[in-house]
Amino acid sequence: MTGTSVSELDMLIGNRWKKPPLIKRQWLRWVLVLGALAYMVAAIGSVEVNWARVYQGLDRGAAFVAAFASPDFVTRATDIREGMIESILMTIAASVVGITISIPIGLGAARNIAPLPVYLVCRGIIAVSRALQEIIVAIILVAIFGFGPLAGFLTLSFATIGFLSKLLAEEIESMDKVPAEAVKATGSRWGQWINYGVQPQVMPRLIGLSIYRIDINFRESAILGLVGAGGIGATLNTAFDRYEYDTAAAILLIIIGIVMVLEYLSGVIRARVQ
Amino acid sequence: MLKLDKLVKTYHTGDQALKSVDLEIPKGQVLALIGPSGAGKSTLIRCINRLVEPTSGQVYLDGIELTRLRSGALRRERRRMGMIFQEYALVERLTVMENVLSGRLGYVGFWRSFLRRFPQSDVDEAFRLLDRVGLLHMADKRADELSGGQRQRVGICRALIQDPALLLVDEPTASLDPKTSRQIMRLIVELCSERGLAAIINIHDVALAKMFVQRVVGLETGAIVFDGTPDDLTPEMLTRIYGEEDWEATIEKVDDDGQEEAVA
Repeated sequence: MTGTSVSELDMLIGNRWKKPPLIKRQWLRWVLVLGALAYMVAAIGSVEVNWARVYQGLDRGAAFVAAFASPDFVTRATDIREGMIESILMTIAASVVGITISIPIGLGAARNIAPLPVYLVCRGIIAVSRALQEIIVAIILVAIFGFGPLAGFLTLSFATIGFLSKLLAEEIESMDKVPAEAVKATGSRWGQWINYGVQPQVMPRLIGLSIYRIDINFRESAILGLVGAGGIGATLNTAFDRYEYDTAAAILLIIIGIVMVLEYLSGVIRARVQ
Repeated sequence: MLKLDKLVKTYHTGDQALKSVDLEIPKGQVLALIGPSGAGKSTLIRCINRLVEPTSGQVYLDGIELTRLRSGALRRERRRMGMIFQEYALVERLTVMENVLSGRLGYVGFWRSFLRRFPQSDVDEAFRLLDRVGLLHMADKRADELSGGQRQRVGICRALIQDPALLLVDEPTASLDPKTSRQIMRLIVELCSERGLAAIINIHDVALAKMFVQRVVGLETGAIVFDGTPDDLTPEMLTRIYGEEDWEATIEKVDDDGQEEAVA
């Protein structure tokens, strides 16, 4: 059975072996590499830097960085507290609502468990939600609902749906289909099949993604204030406008602290649900 | 009790997995389905409980034509067909008990199963089955903590708690070592005779099949080419099913194994 073509083997013995290149044509490889280099040089050349302006700005930058050494939590304490509470409420409410809506949409957007029409509708919802950046959604919603946390809450809920449904659907699509098949073979209903065959497989990822999304929502809530959608962002924006860098530094430090706590919590929770 | 009538399965790719298969199995008969990889063994048993939709032909279980049932009725009939899988197909993050009880899903409502409040009779039966396969102490362990042989025993319990009339068994020993393979095969065959179940066992270990069953069906590229007793499986017949190879060892080994097993 072995050694069917000795001559072919003889030709190969003693030769070096190299992994076949991704792009077979050698000239094309060189064109792509040189083209990328030329593009980079041209791109850097096209950026206009006003060095005099940079020099002037350095002072302001330094003042801002220096403010982190003496953050002022006290002067605007009431504003900071109210902004933070608003941000946290927005985050929690948007995450709860967003995640709750994401789960059925995520199920519908998984091709291996949803019929084609449901799949297309759910994928459409996800596409719309993902195509519109948070800030743009916030601007539209502020225009509709006016300034305040309601617009922020709706924006974050909307963004959560696009994010979580998509990743949940992808997780379901890549699950092990044999255990799910086994549950189906027992004569289970659709809901039981999802509960026993699918849910256990995707639950750790769903929990991990949800915590990650809460984290994102909190950080976004700080940005949304800049366009008037409520939360700590509004307070931060005011601090910048008044050149109160020490207050701004205090707000940023609180945000960093909360994000780190969330990060730590997510690590603990994910380790437990594996 | 089970009858396949001109069963055909053609996949979207154009592959004809089954070419007009006719097969009849009386109540309580355990049948081994042998054949090379890709002969259509898995497709055949999946067409019976319609995990794979047959292209044409009929499947009858106790006179009920499974192939024309709508989803609700199909679910009810699936309860009567327990299935055992090659890679055990347990839901790994569920406990052993949940995996076994999932065999009752066709009998209980959604909320009972969602809240894991199965009827006491189901729970008792689950404990009895786990005890029968020697895993009673494992009930609350997660399925992924078990060894291969143990997982397959849980898979067997899940199939049996359905109170089936027929077992569909897909390569039950392909992922197991030789000793565990025999234990699992013996367990399946014993349980079938205890409960008077018919079974179709897909298996590519011919020697193992011959040790445990009374009837062997050989499938080759989607068609039945052999149907007889293990003794009828001559080297010529195996060549017909699998292709040219020295089959003497496969056939001889059976006797030695049989004796060794009797002692063990």
